[in-house]
Amino acid sequence: MSDIAIRVENLGKMFRIGARRERYRTFRDALAGLWRRSGSGRRAATKPFWALKGVSFEIRRGEVVGVIGRNGAGKSTLLKVLSRITEPTEGFAEIHGRVGSLLEVGTGFHPELTGRENVFLNGAILGMHRAQIEARFDEIVAFAEIEEFLDTPVKHYSSGMYLRLAFAVAAHLEPEILVVDEVLAVGDAEFQKKCLGKMGEVSARGRTVLFVSHNMQAISTLTKRCLLLANGSCQALGPTEEIIACYLEGGVRAQRTYHAEPCGDHPNVTRVEVETSEPNGVHANGRPLRIKFEVHCPRAVRSGAFSFQIVDSLAQPVVHIWLFDSELPIFRTPGCHHLTCQIPKLRLYMGRFSIRTHLSQSYGGQHYETLDGICPFEVAMLYQHRSWPWQPGVCKYIEDALWSSSSQDAHGTVDNIWVAPPRS
Amino acid sequence: MTSSATPNPSTLIRIEPSKGWVSLKLDELWAHRELLYFLTWRDVKVRYKQTALGILWAILQPVMMMVVFSLFFGKLGKMSSDGLPYAPWSLAGLVPWTFFAYGLAQSSGSLVGSQNLIKKVYFPRLVIPISSVLGGIVDFVISFAILLVMMPFFHLWPSVNIVWLPVFLLLAFVSSLGVGLWLSALNVEYRDIRYMVPFLTQFWMFATPIAYSSSLLDKYPVWKTLYGLNPLVGVVEGFRWALLGTHTRPGPMILVSALSAVLVLVSGAFYFRRMEKNFADRV
Repeated sequence: MSDIAIRVENLGKMFRIGARRERYRTFRDALAGLWRRSGSGRRAATKPFWALKGVSFEIRRGEVVGVIGRNGAGKSTLLKVLSRITEPTEGFAEIHGRVGSLLEVGTGFHPELTGRENVFLNGAILGMHRAQIEARFDEIVAFAEIEEFLDTPVKHYSSGMYLRLAFAVAAHLEPEILVVDEVLAVGDAEFQKKCLGKMGEVSARGRTVLFVSHNMQAISTLTKRCLLLANGSCQALGPTEEIIACYLEGGVRAQRTYHAEPCGDHPNVTRVEVETSEPNGVHANGRPLRIKFEVHCPRAVRSGAFSFQIVDSLAQPVVHIWLFDSELPIFRTPGCHHLTCQIPKLRLYMGRFSIRTHLSQSYGGQHYETLDGICPFEVAMLYQHRSWPWQPGVCKYIEDALWSSSSQDAHGTVDNIWVAPPRS
Repeated sequence: MTSSATPNPSTLIRIEPSKGWVSLKLDELWAHRELLYFLTWRDVKVRYKQTALGILWAILQPVMMMVVFSLFFGKLGKMSSDGLPYAPWSLAGLVPWTFFAYGLAQSSGSLVGSQNLIKKVYFPRLVIPISSVLGGIVDFVISFAILLVMMPFFHLWPSVNIVWLPVFLLLAFVSSLGVGLWLSALNVEYRDIRYMVPFLTQFWMFATPIAYSSSLLDKYPVWKTLYGLNPLVGVVEGFRWALLGTHTRPGPMILVSALSAVLVLVSGAFYFRRMEKNFADRV
């Protein structure tokens, strides 16, 4: 048993929701409650909600485990129970070793205190001893890169400096078991990278880490095993790659096609579907992508324009494709029109995208409808292997390109032409 | 740090639902004494930041009260002050009272005020109200120094009884924390407490012999002893006795005060611990 770090058995956490939670209880309520307690009316207003139910798993010592799931799946509640912030309603958890939890960076930072003072305060709150903080103080300050501002009250810090200092203290916590909630989602890209590095270092040192994140990239980099939570219960526990795939499928399937009723008095889009090359809304870069629309026209419109954008996960439109009435007269007859747009070779780089549609009269005319964030899909770099692994965020799209080289050596000149990237 | 990575089988934490009254876990509280120190230090450090008068506030409050009391109760009301000059006599009551009232106000709101901590980090929650009350010690020391400086002007000199003073300070601390524990835990559930505290403090002040002397009750010894149920009666009278040598020697009244304060503290601590499991969800 000694190699088990965390054992969770049938853990459950219930909250009562309903009108009562909307406001604070007051004495008047309590007195009214006393009055009514003889009857059975008191609990009627609330209904139980299980944020966690029947969760069981084991984590071995030295393992780094990711916890993923959609918002409200119970991830944070699980971490709160394991960090003893809130008590479970049923079941139990056994933790072998000292737990350090990072549900937030900079907890307890006081704006009026200086950076130096806050390091000590925050360290103590996170459970470090004064001697430990003193021993690591220089390291913390160096990591945060705030040497010059050490004696400035943190209220004068930029938000970046503040976060760096906060994370630096947290990163130098040395518990046997570390519980981390989404704290890497802060700061600029450069600092996030540094934090990820630090997290990797922590796990490499043989510490047990439980790590919640929505950043699949971070999860897959840092963890070998993953726990998938859905609606408060444990759906799957297994190798990270499998669990992430399972999670993404489940997440996207919900609203992959858009449906709406004809609105009656003006043209509107009644259906949008993105036909991806792979199942479950995943499209392979370089493959043809087909997007189908259904536009309903209650009556003939003299001129119309339809266009759509492909929008990336940062809400930046990256592709715009349009269709004007002058090209294809779809608005001139009342009824239902089916449109299919085929992109012969989707060059978008890996990432998550969604569709935004615009429907209006021709330029200067009436605007009918804009739909945003519909039909999410994911582009993946499938069937294309290269010696350098694909990394997210490198670019928005990949262009076909032609390389040529000319090399001189002892035997004369050699010319080469190479087409890149090789596409299937 | 390689030492912390080595497994320590002795630290097994079992997390499960608790029921009813739970242990105070004083050992755990002791283990977090550094945190207690840091939180107290933070409160002290931050208290007068960005104020024009700064630490003067610690002096102004009791001194202004003393002036008002001396004028209205001493000069105009001709209240008995155990045969001593009214001003230092009332200040000797106001100094421990201010410490008590400050601790009460701070600790009762402390849990709600520290909700960001409570929702994000685990530590024994008792640390929060305790540090709030402890933060008042600095103000106490300063106003106490003023009192000491003032006394010679009225030809008052502390007697050897002054060695008992820490005991009465402790009694004030125990009373303040005891009530603070009750109110802070109740405040998590019922925000009425926030509105009740100023009123309670005012009421309590008049129920404590600060502006008047408890010798008014000398004719009714039983009532006087019962009066001691208000722990602040013991604190204030004890303070005056230890410092100014009033004839309010520790007697049954002060004993009653001490017992009552300890009772409030112990019951408050258990109540607090019982409610503690809900703090993060309710606050």
